[in-house]
Amino acid sequence: MKCRKCGDVAVLELRRHNAAFCAPDFLEFFRNQVREAVRKHRMFGRDERVLVAVSGGKDSLALWDVLLGEGYQTTGLYLDLGIFDYSVESRAKCEAFAAARGAPLLVVPVAEAVGAPVPVIQAVTRRPPCSGCGLSKRYLMNRAALEHGMPVVATGHNLDDEAATLFGSVMHWQTDALPRQSPALPSTHPKLVRRVKPLYRLSERETAAYAFLRGIDYIVEECPFAEGATSIAHKEILNRMEDASPGAKHNFLFGFLDKARAAFERAEAVALNECARCGQVTTGTVCAFCKLADQVKRAT
Amino acid sequence: MKVVLRNPRREVEVAGNRRVKDVLRELDILPETVLVIRGDALVTADQIVRDDETIELRPVMSGGRE
Repeated sequence: MKCRKCGDVAVLELRRHNAAFCAPDFLEFFRNQVREAVRKHRMFGRDERVLVAVSGGKDSLALWDVLLGEGYQTTGLYLDLGIFDYSVESRAKCEAFAAARGAPLLVVPVAEAVGAPVPVIQAVTRRPPCSGCGLSKRYLMNRAALEHGMPVVATGHNLDDEAATLFGSVMHWQTDALPRQSPALPSTHPKLVRRVKPLYRLSERETAAYAFLRGIDYIVEECPFAEGATSIAHKEILNRMEDASPGAKHNFLFGFLDKARAAFERAEAVALNECARCGQVTTGTVCAFCKLADQVKRAT
Repeated sequence: MKVVLRNPRREVEVAGNRRVKDVLRELDILPETVLVIRGDALVTADQIVRDDETIELRPVMSGGRE
């Protein structure tokens, strides 16, 4: 197989683009996709400080690598979930990545903020582990950005993540979740920062290939709690469709974003308040994070 | 040829001198779900892997449940 651009031996075939690339041309293709995402959705400018949420996995470290290469002002944020060896190893990967590039990294232990690490939160709440984990991460990312004066948080969500989330929402017709699914969510309150996903145009395999070709040492092992996860089941279904019809995932997600999403947007805006306890934004009186922390405190 | 699989890490032996895509089919692995690594390089599905070579099939999927 030959590179579409230079005719050299290809290292990666992208069936949905009916193309294959050598390593240098793939890396440029990847960066161009990120540039296009940032430009199209006006995610951030060069004069803004961007908080990049990193997990030690391929997606977030690939994202940080591209943004550093493009000269953006970035700070990494690692949320230590306290998930046994997995968290120890993933934190070390983030710290090594940041140190090698001289890039600033903030580390926030979830256990300090919530009162217990993710495995304990799961046991206390008896909800799926990713539920309390996701809630804590969204809250702490926003809080860290506000505390450090950064107007935007960038996450490493890729095309497969977004397609799987959309698939899950559609399967349950979660019409309140559909309008919130976007590559860029604007700030709708002075205490809510912008949230952006610059990798949404790139598949999981493409982010893995980028990380590999750039020599990024990322954690290949999966989070022990992710086994049997719904999003993984949805990804498997979508990958079978992709195998039969290259471009299926892209068409599903981009068709939604271009043609369907607007139809689910509500006319009236949701009223946002400040949590009576922590001051962060909530639709109620006390935010879900404070309620979770209370629940953990009572049980431990 | 030797094939290294991950999560958990393990090795399987399959017949060599075949294209990568035939190896993936035998192991029932969708090409979209793995990187195929030989030495320090990525290889495409049309490449032939010799019987004395080793390839790693590194999964690319991650996820959670909410």
